[in-house]
Amino acid sequence: MTTLTSPTQPAQRTAPAPAGRRRPLQRVTWSSRLVVNLVLVLFSLYTLLPLSWLVIAATKDSQNLFGSPGFTFGQLNLLENLTELFTWEHGTYLHWLGNTALYAGLGSVTSVAVSFLAGHAFDKFDFPGKERWFSFVLLGVLLPGAVTTMPLYLMASSIGLVNTFWGVFLPGLASPFGVYLARMFCKSYVPKELVEAARIDGAGELRIFFAVAAPLMKPGIVTLLLMTFSAIWNNFFLPLVMLSDSSLFPVALGIYSWNSRVSADPEFAHLVVTGSLVAIIPVIGLFLGLQRFWKGGLGAGALK
Amino acid sequence: MGPATQRVAGPAGPPPEPKGAIMALTQASGTRTEPRRPSRKGTLTALLFLAPFFVLFFAFTVFPVLYSCYLSLFKDKAAGLGLGAVQKVFVGGENYLRALTDPAYTSSFGNIAVYCLIYIPVMIVLSLSIALLLDSAAAKARGFFRLAFYLPNIVPGLIAAVIWLYLYTPEISPIVDAVKASGGTWDLSSTLAAYFSISNITVWMHTGYNVILFYAALQAVPKEVLEAATVDGAGPFRTAVAIKARMIAGAVSVATLFTVVGAMQLFAEPLLLKTKATAITSTWTPNMFIYDAAFDKHDFGYAAASALTFAVLIGVMSWAVTKLGSKADQ
Repeated sequence: MTTLTSPTQPAQRTAPAPAGRRRPLQRVTWSSRLVVNLVLVLFSLYTLLPLSWLVIAATKDSQNLFGSPGFTFGQLNLLENLTELFTWEHGTYLHWLGNTALYAGLGSVTSVAVSFLAGHAFDKFDFPGKERWFSFVLLGVLLPGAVTTMPLYLMASSIGLVNTFWGVFLPGLASPFGVYLARMFCKSYVPKELVEAARIDGAGELRIFFAVAAPLMKPGIVTLLLMTFSAIWNNFFLPLVMLSDSSLFPVALGIYSWNSRVSADPEFAHLVVTGSLVAIIPVIGLFLGLQRFWKGGLGAGALK
Repeated sequence: MGPATQRVAGPAGPPPEPKGAIMALTQASGTRTEPRRPSRKGTLTALLFLAPFFVLFFAFTVFPVLYSCYLSLFKDKAAGLGLGAVQKVFVGGENYLRALTDPAYTSSFGNIAVYCLIYIPVMIVLSLSIALLLDSAAAKARGFFRLAFYLPNIVPGLIAAVIWLYLYTPEISPIVDAVKASGGTWDLSSTLAAYFSISNITVWMHTGYNVILFYAALQAVPKEVLEAATVDGAGPFRTAVAIKARMIAGAVSVATLFTVVGAMQLFAEPLLLKTKATAITSTWTPNMFIYDAAFDKHDFGYAAASALTFAVLIGVMSWAVTKLGSKADQ
């Protein structure tokens, strides 16, 4: 982002420095050690307690959810809650999970491939008006979703894509921010000389991209994959507008629809709570499994 | 087979290999003498690599924006007594004028401004402080803390809002219990409560992510600079504030830019919270206003005009943040 914000900052690193290295510069007194770690513990309580509340709340039945103190376990009802969650309205929740996997999973894989192809072209090829096109893409980063969502709905309705899988899937694929980051990753992970050497050896451009550049950019690809996955997962506006058939809902929209029925029927409250917990577990698993990739890549992408 | 024989074989066969090599050589030498002339074949391949993105980008971003511009100049008028077919009538700038003088629209900007003024400084200052603490020599268990701080960012926004909605609900929430046990009262219906309850959700969601970003930036601060500061007698606090924080000003201003752009588009959280925080109306933020105009009132021209005005405002705001950021960076 330095191109946009801080031209003075030198692009100093090609890869992020190893995280977590110690700097034993000053002698640390026990009192400052206590204060620093206490503040860090307090802040981690702030980030973790709501999630642990969710775990505890998901084990309670309706009565205990409303009746017992938040951080104590009531009668253990987790299995019943899960059974109810997955069998509710003929297993609609399972459909939502599947839909989310398709929208966010397949969507992010496609989107990242598209972004890296474009990023590679912007970094490794020369063509007329290159930087102008790139600035044009960057403008797209700032564009609020609200501007495109309504016309997208009208366009989709005129060609019969409203209330279909494609109406939600396709608009999420073009990510200007993805192209921007992909270009930065291409620049820092793949030396130009390497690509040119491969060209001299007679490799085709597609082969250079897949066999030479892509393996080098693995951390960047994983980082962007996770970011795009979150972005599609988090886009609530588009499915809310596009979909009315609940069997096509992503899980967040489904939980929203259940939640709007809570005031009429409090029974829905623990479906919402259990559903929220089950929805975030796979994502947390995914992030934990891939953290050695994104921890490095995240910093690199943000700094350049 | 040498290159010479192939060159003779020339145009008849498939594209001969040396041609590619020669091109690569000219390109390689081109890097030394800027600006180089792009070759035609290079442009064609670039086009192939760029095509998937630009086809999608034009279809799902550029075209919708242009379509919005077009829509914003029209108004739907029902013929006759409102029973006939709906007709599009060209009204020029009327929708824009109407939006800018609509109290519901302008007050949605007021709300988002107050929200940004609470949320952004709190979140950025908190992230920076936590990152500096995490980077200080006194910090333990950095791996655990980073993970703990990052977790809320993985939770999708709507589910985060649902969790907090429940944590704001009297019969369910341990927080409300604690407040009541210490003699306080719990009331989410005031305007101030609306701002704070929403800011808390977004601070919870985004602080950890920015801590990780700033922490990564701090790892790049040259060791020599910090050693020099220590030699000059600067304590850890002074080093953190006067040197480290200043060295990562670039990362902070980028994060602030993205935070501003994201914060102005607040939508899901107030939509969900408005049942509890009753000061929140259905047009409380610009995005909610646009959604309401388009999908509740079906006034598409008006929604398009307000969405475009909003986009321009976001553009101006990001320009201002960028300017301020580069000033702070110098």
